[in-house]
Amino acid sequence: MNRIALFVPLVVFAILSLFLLKGLDRDPTELPSALVGEPFPSFTLPSLANDQEILSERDLDSQVVLVNVWATWCFACRIEHPMLNQLAAEGIAIIGLNYKDQDQQAIQWLKQKGNPYVFNIVDAQGSLGFDLGVTGAPETYLVDAQGIIRYRRVGVVDQRVWDDEMSSLYQQLVGEME
Amino acid sequence: MYLLNVLLAMAIFLMPLAQFAEPSKVWASTEVVQFSDPQLRDRYYQLVQELRCPKCQNQNLADSNAPISTDMKAQIHSMLEAQNTDDQIKQHLVSRYSEFILYRPEVNTNTWFLWLAPLCFVLFGAVIIWRYAFSGRRVKSDTTELTDKQQQQLSELLGEDDQ
Repeated sequence: MNRIALFVPLVVFAILSLFLLKGLDRDPTELPSALVGEPFPSFTLPSLANDQEILSERDLDSQVVLVNVWATWCFACRIEHPMLNQLAAEGIAIIGLNYKDQDQQAIQWLKQKGNPYVFNIVDAQGSLGFDLGVTGAPETYLVDAQGIIRYRRVGVVDQRVWDDEMSSLYQQLVGEME
Repeated sequence: MYLLNVLLAMAIFLMPLAQFAEPSKVWASTEVVQFSDPQLRDRYYQLVQELRCPKCQNQNLADSNAPISTDMKAQIHSMLEAQNTDDQIKQHLVSRYSEFILYRPEVNTNTWFLWLAPLCFVLFGAVIIWRYAFSGRRVKSDTTELTDKQQQQLSELLGEDDQ
């Protein structure tokens, strides 16, 4: 009996090690998203190209779209932009959510770097961002034709992320539509 | 000296408990928030301490300067003024930022182990202590007196060694 008890610390250590080992692979900045599987929050906000035009969640309907949260103050968005241009060229509908930004600077940015967006929602106060659970820019959401959020990416979408995590889901959602 | 050490150890262990006694004094921020009712301010302090900044790795809203925390604090402020209960406010934020933001998570299928673990550790410790104490007594009761004959043999053996 006593001899078995001697192994207790070893077993405890082994269990602890397993947990820690698993923890090594986890990205601590990756949060569980509360909105995946939920409808895109409702909003009424102006369009960047024309501030007289009022957009709402209904403008996202009936197609699979990427909603990309960006801003000119966001450094990583600079890195992400060419990838968005490439995806748009491939025919993927990307909707911009210009988050807590200045309109003029945002328009200037799109002139300089190219405009991958079908349209841009101006969220100067960050209210839609808040309802979406946005913690910063860039963030990208995959929204299906029914307006349900199916995927959330916090941080830059690059070729690797697109190939590994988003491309097949996008194809599948497009397939569901037909 | 021993007593001093024990007191010191107790003080160190009990220090975190001071937080529970006076929650409003732990938070470290300099902002000024106006409330129509001082009671709302107390609830506000309680909430911003208990809710976690979703952008930062381990800070509550009170300590965080992240833009998202500022937004969340503003939201809490306006919801308090709009007569929402603490639960409604938490629910509002959790539905957007997930349970990650609760420093005191609800008991559910994901968290029951977390809540139960301390109790398990205490029970485990109690079992160890009990066993320790019990086996100690048993060792004592196992000791048997030597018979006269054995005693004699023993002293003979010891006597031989001495010579």
